[in-house]
Amino acid sequence: MIAYKSLSRKDLAARIARDIPEGWYVNLGIGIPTLVADAIPAGREVILHSENGILGFGPAPAPDAIDPWLINAGKQHVTLNPGGSFFHHADSFAIIRGGHLDLCVLGAFEVAANGDLANWATSAQDSAPAVGGAMDLAVGTPRVWVATEHTTRDGAPKLVERCAYPLTAPGVVNRVYTNLAVIDVRDGHFVVTEMVAGLTRDALQAQTGVELMFEVPEYA
Amino acid sequence: MINKEVRDIADALSGIEDGQVVMVGGFGSVGQPDALIEGLIERGARDLTIVANNAGAGRIGLAKLMEAGRVRKIICSFPRSAGSVVFEELFRAGKLELEIVPQGTLAERIRAAGAGIPGFYTATTVGTLLARGKESRVFDGRTYVLEQALHADVALVEAWRTDRMGNCIYRESGRNFNAVMAMAARTTVVQSCGMVAAGVLDSEAIVTPGIFVDRIVVVPETANARIAEAGAA
Repeated sequence: MIAYKSLSRKDLAARIARDIPEGWYVNLGIGIPTLVADAIPAGREVILHSENGILGFGPAPAPDAIDPWLINAGKQHVTLNPGGSFFHHADSFAIIRGGHLDLCVLGAFEVAANGDLANWATSAQDSAPAVGGAMDLAVGTPRVWVATEHTTRDGAPKLVERCAYPLTAPGVVNRVYTNLAVIDVRDGHFVVTEMVAGLTRDALQAQTGVELMFEVPEYA
Repeated sequence: MINKEVRDIADALSGIEDGQVVMVGGFGSVGQPDALIEGLIERGARDLTIVANNAGAGRIGLAKLMEAGRVRKIICSFPRSAGSVVFEELFRAGKLELEIVPQGTLAERIRAAGAGIPGFYTATTVGTLLARGKESRVFDGRTYVLEQALHADVALVEAWRTDRMGNCIYRESGRNFNAVMAMAARTTVVQSCGMVAAGVLDSEAIVTPGIFVDRIVVVPETANARIAEAGAA
């Protein structure tokens, strides 16, 4: 068996950041997506949006420079970049639901080959799941990328034929970045466009709940 | 002379009765009118419906109001967060009714109420559990669900600076739901971090014009204000 090394959460965030061009307006969800903020290459202007009414927030402040009035949607302290702006919640979600963002990067419990996203409730019996802005982002943003570990901690696949968990939105995911591969969602199929070095097609397929298509050469 | 400033918190909250719908601004603790929530606990009104993004954390603020048994129902987008212990206890015991609303739909339902719009269509929730029982309609080949305006008897908001006319500006991410809720209630009560003379606020930059505001009570000594005071006017 050929050895391969899966990406750390930080490296996965950096891999995603590499694909975000200058000038895009981007919303980052909680978890791995949040780490993308710190991974955007120096000098590349990407404008980050936060649900609670911020465009253009920057990295976390030094511990002695915390501004209690300035948090992101994950309720972490942030800073404001030059040219940043504040607005109220209805305008913030007009930005999201009006299709004005270029991209959102979200976490997921499951993604299906048809682009269905499940990332807000782990069971239909859970009567008090926290939806937050997930459904608005998934539906309103023209590009939805998912950042996730390829499998659950127990090794169960998160990329599946059909989601078992309650949907956040049907048919919205364009691309999935995992710790093992970059996978496009196209016409109801997962298409692998990149794999970590040393990983074989069979090994990736074995950790995936639906048949993959490959646009990468078999690892030699 | 118009002067919307009232003497104290009890005056600011007078008229809030059992069974009313109360909007509470803030996102997490930022922009949350903590002194007004404390005042609401003291006032003792019961059977309240609370509209807020979160369902409180720890045992202070909204969580304390719920723990005191004053809340019948909460309408929010994100009930579960770190430290939402009181919500968990009450909800599991069947003592609290919950309506989960996606954050954007919540903001827009509040805005619609303030703007005199009874309902609107949105693509958010289509094809999910949260669309169950909702009327839907197709526009240009895409399905949308009907959502209704969300009105309140009272909105409790926190502003950074206010004047006697009721004009408000907010501070950074403290604006959040406050500016929208201020439009949507029969009575809007503002907890202000500081009053300035009429004419001092830049008319080009007023976020909530005074017409939306009924009462203002100044509470300069919030933790937020103390820390933030150094860096801002």
